[in-house]
This record gives sequence, structure tokens and C-alpha cells, in this order.
Amino acid sequence: MTPAEIRAAIIEILETIAPDEDLSNLDDAKEFRDQMELDSMDFLDIVMELRKRYRVQVPEEDYANLVSMQSTVSYLEPKMADLPAE
Amino acid sequence: MALTHHQYSPPKLPRIVLTGIGLTSPNGNDLATHRAALLNKQSGVQDYEIRYVGKTLAGICDYDALKYQNRREVRRGTRAGSVAIYSCNEAVVNSQIDWENMDKSRVGIYLGVTEHGNVETENEVYELSQFDYDVSVWNHFHNPRTVANNPAGEAALNMGITGPHYTLGAACAAGNNGLIQGAQMLQLGQCDLALAGGVSESIHTFGIFASFKSQGALAEHSDPVKASRPFDVDRNGIVVSEGGCVYTLERLDDALARGAHIYGELVGHSINTDATDFVLPNPERQSQCINIALKMAGITPADVDILSTHATGTLSGDIQEVSALRKVFDANCKVSINNTKSFIGHCMGAAGALELAGNLGSFEDNICHPTINVDTLDEECAIPGLVLNDAKQLENVEYIVNNSFGMLGINSTVVIRKYSS
Repeated sequence: MTPAEIRAAIIEILETIAPDEDLSNLDDAKEFRDQMELDSMDFLDIVMELRKRYRVQVPEEDYANLVSMQSTVSYLEPKMADLPAE
Repeated sequence: MALTHHQYSPPKLPRIVLTGIGLTSPNGNDLATHRAALLNKQSGVQDYEIRYVGKTLAGICDYDALKYQNRREVRRGTRAGSVAIYSCNEAVVNSQIDWENMDKSRVGIYLGVTEHGNVETENEVYELSQFDYDVSVWNHFHNPRTVANNPAGEAALNMGITGPHYTLGAACAAGNNGLIQGAQMLQLGQCDLALAGGVSESIHTFGIFASFKSQGALAEHSDPVKASRPFDVDRNGIVVSEGGCVYTLERLDDALARGAHIYGELVGHSINTDATDFVLPNPERQSQCINIALKMAGITPADVDILSTHATGTLSGDIQEVSALRKVFDANCKVSINNTKSFIGHCMGAAGALELAGNLGSFEDNICHPTINVDTLDEECAIPGLVLNDAKQLENVEYIVNNSFGMLGINSTVVIRKYSS
């Protein structure tokens, strides 16, 4: 998957987890929490969906990498590079 | 010598009144619609399909979950929680209480459920099976969704209520039991407003359908609206339904002080136990339950105007309840007897509260809604007073008695009196 495809995959997950949010103007550099209503259970949901949908494991010590879209995509790139685009 | 129930006289307790009603039923999402449907013989039973069991029937609610929750909250919570949130909020609105300025630490929630946690557990195990039983995909929401206090807890969270919240497990007697618990907590001074009743999400668990089927107690009919037919000779089981019904209960003095509309007064109630069988009812204990409630209300069977039966449409259960009624009511009684499940199926944890709600309108219009779908009355269920197929105009309705019974032999009866100053 390319970074753009990974971003699209994350958007899809966020749409499931936070269906009330408008993600069209998401600023990739800004933290998710500053732009949308996400709590700790929601972050666990992101980790769970990555595991379920892409078999990607995110260990607890790496959770801090999921703060913004930019940091999430950079963190996931090596883990998802070999996955075929959907 | 131990003090028995009959020797102990409780102190004079504050009078408890019903001042608001919020509900969702398979045939209406507010009291007026539900009552009109009962008088117009509208069922709420539909074709339904669920995992593993396949095609069956169910009473399905179509309330607007987004009226009091956003989509994220609906996704995160349980169906029972959502039904509870809708019903509790609607009850508060209906009561016209000044909710904004209400001290939320003095509000309590008391909701009965038949079961809780099955829906989430079944869904999670199914999901797990899609991942070769790798428990690392087990949902982290499983615990907060399945804890036994979930429906009342979700409602408390949604409404900012910080007083006590109880979810009471009481099988299919639960709706009445929620009401009774709420009244008792008001009388003990543990809260100033009780949100009390019952909820059910049971149509979303295949296990309940499959278990009734294995027991030979799941209704089948080519026409869904005719499937739930208590007292009819061709009845063949229960139609499982979802629903919710919550009352705002207040001490009479508080209700009068704020000029509340009073739907009725809870003057008697009783909960007892068969202690004889897992599933088979015991008419002796059921009749005792009714008699204890009447005694508490200070009335005799001859005073009862309407009796709302629990009967679910099973072969033996209906006969047993009628047998219990025969022990209580003799030929001189004026009681009119009806059944709500014939319209909407069995709303499980909500049943007791919902079936009472649909009858409360009779305090104003003096009409007793019928039991529908009785094409041929089973002779073993024949008892004077049965209101069959068509509503009956009564002269005056002062007392409504509501039965609700459940597995493991739990029985409950409430007596509601028309309020007059």
C-alpha cells in the first residue's frame, strides 16, 4: 500500500469509529484529538480495526505514533508497504 | 420466634405516583400511538431473520435512536442501552419536570431486564470465528457492554444522572420489578425522582429464539400479525419482541407541588417466587402474588376493574395463569381481563411496564383494550371477564392490576389506582 492508500484506509476506519465527524477537512499535521472527538477507547478501536482489517499489530508502546494522520501514516508505512491495495 | 411477613406492619410510607411515561414498542414510540394501536387492533409483529435460526418472527421497534444519542454513541453502546436512553429521556420530557434545574444526584434509574450480555457475546464469538478464534481481536467494549448494569448505566451517562442506577435481572417479570424498586427507593428517600420500568434487546440474540424453539415454545404462523395468540386454541408459542417503557415516579407530595399530571398511583405490589421449576409456572404462587398486591392496595378482587395478563401464548403457561386467576376472582367479580402480547409479542424485560402503560389510558376513556387473535377460545383458558378481539367500554375504571411472570419462578403484580385529589 502506498502512503495515500494507507491514508484512505485510516479515513475509512475513522468514519466507522466516529460516524458523526466531518473528515473532509482533516488537517494531517494536526493531532486527531484537536480536530475531532476521540477518547482512549476510540484509539483502541483504531488499533483493533488495523488488526482486524490488515493484520497490523500496534504494540502499546507505539500508540503515541497514532496522534495525527501524518504520524500514523509514517508509522504504518513500513508495516503496510507490502500489503496489496484494496 | 421469627417474624413473618403477615405479622410485620410497615410504617406508613409516602404515596407514589406515575407522572411521566416514555416508551418504544413494536406498535408505537410514544404512549398515545401505542394506546391508539391497541384500540385499533394494530400488531407490531413482523417477519424477521436472525443468524443460525433463520426466518422467524419478532416485534421490532423503529424509534429514532438519534433523537437522544449521536451515531458514535449508538455504535459504542448496546441496543438495550439505546432503548433505555430513548425511554428515559422520553419519560422525563413527558413528565414536564424542570429537568435543567433538577438535582441529578437525587435522580435514580431502576430498569428491569430479562437478560443482558447475550447479544454482545454472541456477536463477539461470531466475529472471533471469522478470525480463527484469535482472541486479540476480541472487542475492548465487550466488558462495558455486557456488565449487568449496562442499560441503566448507559442512560445515567447519557443524561448526567449521578444518583443510584440499578439494572434488575428478573426474567420476564422485570418491567414490574423495575417499577417496584423505583417506588421503594423513593419511599426510602434515596432519590426524589425515579426513572423506573424495563427494557429489552432480546430480538438481537439468536439464543433466545433457538432456546424457545428447542423448548417447543417459539410461535410460528404464516401471517406475522396472527402469530401471538394467547388463550386461542391454536396458539403455539412466544413471539420474541424488543421494547422499552420507563415511568417517572415521584412521591405524591412532590408531584402535587409541581402541578404534575398524574397517570395513576402505585397502591399495591408484590414479588414472590414459585420455587418449584426452572420454567413451568405455579398457579398457586401466582395467585398468592396477586392477593398480596391486592391486600397491600387495601382492596378485594371485587374492586379490580382491569387485569392485564402476562400470558405469552404458550400451551401450558396461559392455562396456568388462568388457573391462578380462577383462584383469585370469582363469578361475582366485575374484572375485565386482557392481554397486550397478542398485539406486540413478548417484550421480555419491558413487557410488564409496557403492558401496564397501554392500559393506563382506560383511567380516562374507560375502555378496556382486548386480547386479539382469539379465533377459538381454548376452553381451558375460558374465564369470565376475558375481553376478546374487540375493546370493551366499561363504566368506570378505578383499579388496574398488571401481572408479569418469569422463568425461575419469579412473579410480580402491581396495582395502579386512578388518581383523584
